[in-house]
Amino acid sequence: MRLLFIILILLVAGLFVAGLTVGPADTGFTEALAALVNGGDGPLPLVMREIRLPRALLAVMVGAGLGLSGAALQGYLRNPLAEPGLIGVSNAAALGAVVVIHAGLVASGTLALPFAALGGALIGVFLVLALAGAQGGSLTLILAGIAISALAGALTSLVLNLSPNPFAASEIVFWMMGSLADRSIVHVGLLLPFVLVGGAMILSLARGLDALTLGEDAAETMGYSLTRLRLVLVIGVAAIVGGATAVAGAIGFVGLVVPHILRPFVGAQPSRLLWASALGGAVMLQMADILVRVILPERDLKLGVVTAIVGAPLFLHLIVKTRRESGGGLA
Amino acid sequence: MSVLTLDRLSVTLRTRSIFSNVSLRVAPGEFVGLIGPNGAGKTTLMRAALGLIPSTGRSSLAALTARDRARAVAWMPQSREIAWPIPVERLVALGAEAAGHSPTGRAGQTAIEAAMSRMGLTSYKGRAASRLSGGEQARALIARALAQDTPLLMADEPIAGLDPAHQISTMEVFAALAAEGRAALVSLHDLGLAARHCTRLVLLAEGGILADGTPAEVLTPENMARAFGVSVWHRQTGDGPIFQPLEVL
Repeated sequence: MRLLFIILILLVAGLFVAGLTVGPADTGFTEALAALVNGGDGPLPLVMREIRLPRALLAVMVGAGLGLSGAALQGYLRNPLAEPGLIGVSNAAALGAVVVIHAGLVASGTLALPFAALGGALIGVFLVLALAGAQGGSLTLILAGIAISALAGALTSLVLNLSPNPFAASEIVFWMMGSLADRSIVHVGLLLPFVLVGGAMILSLARGLDALTLGEDAAETMGYSLTRLRLVLVIGVAAIVGGATAVAGAIGFVGLVVPHILRPFVGAQPSRLLWASALGGAVMLQMADILVRVILPERDLKLGVVTAIVGAPLFLHLIVKTRRESGGGLA
Repeated sequence: MSVLTLDRLSVTLRTRSIFSNVSLRVAPGEFVGLIGPNGAGKTTLMRAALGLIPSTGRSSLAALTARDRARAVAWMPQSREIAWPIPVERLVALGAEAAGHSPTGRAGQTAIEAAMSRMGLTSYKGRAASRLSGGEQARALIARALAQDTPLLMADEPIAGLDPAHQISTMEVFAALAAEGRAALVSLHDLGLAARHCTRLVLLAEGGILADGTPAEVLTPENMARAFGVSVWHRQTGDGPIFQPLEVL
């Protein structure tokens, strides 16, 4: 168990350094790091501090947040197919962003888009909680999430449908694919409180999620208020997913695949999976963000596309493995 | 002094009354079998007593905070859900955590080891709980409840689906807990085992308690005909009571 954490932390740190040294500005490894640490005049310190450092930090924060959220939702719903988008917040955040792009307000300030996405996420989580009710179980939460997700998705399609010109439409489509390119340290500052607060809220639920392994009645009688647990979980996940979507667009599969891969290494314990998935999510998203810069450096490959291309086959492999272990059946 | 007091407890789901005005006291040292036909409301009664579903009247457990309740009663639902392949030892440790012990502390370790050895699970420590056989899972879940170390243990059909040896040994665990001064309230369908092992039976039927007393007082031909619609054969032997439902009336 400890070995896993050491390996993951080393991977996060190693990929962070690697991420700082990959980019269109052709620089040497030590040269780039020296420019970052020492600063000074010239283009290289500027590239390092204004472009690559925020990008690397965002990859860690977004990846860790999505991995953590996915692990928490899988634990709460006792379902390995749960993912952060399930509660509808990512689609709601995307809708907020898309409306702003459609209205042509993006140019009015770099932060108009993330704030609109956060607004969308806030409305989304409010509606999900109102629909699911304070006392409801996990089923009502899933249904409310699906309803809000579908509604936000439909409205996003409507906006796309009504887009005034092909440029606006393509801008919307590209934004929805997710990216960490051209983000600034302001975006880091914007996302940080959401990831820290949401992360702390989710991590406070670790023991309750363990108890939920035995079902809702058993967890309730082991001293965990499920009403409170669900409220804290939804708000924590919404903060992280809303914040992550606001700064990076829609990035799928991280919250689904990472907990699934790491579960066997933590004895399937939901509480330990939280930490492991946060680190694993940071690893996966950093790798993907390095890949987009290495594979097609001149074509602006989108991050969400790469996580899906890498994540979907990985997920298929896991399904096949599960089938083999359970003797051919899918259960 | 009692570990559970129900005072005129009633549950209505939508417009249908499940049972009404059920009053019951369970004292330390009692192994109470809750019997009754399908749909009589045994599960509902226990869940209402725990405060898991809304009811009218009073239950001493439902009045407690979630944390205090976890120290007053351990509950084993019928579903026997184990969502993840966690190690058996970790599953049992959930009970110790609910009791407020750290699973790595001395008190926690003692509670976990005692519960595991009592259920014969010592050699299962590292096995994945969700991949055990049905009977082994049932034993692991009972060990989890034992590790919670509460004065009262409540279980919903804990012996359903077990083979005869495990049914008997599980009933003996509950009887031993009662003999140690704790109490158990357990719903059962096997009236023969209920007659042999329980110190007291509560017969739930027709929306309330139809009979409450020793097995001999409750398992009368009249009560069995009225509650279950079956005839019965009942003998007191040197090996204890033998009780057998015979045919549908």
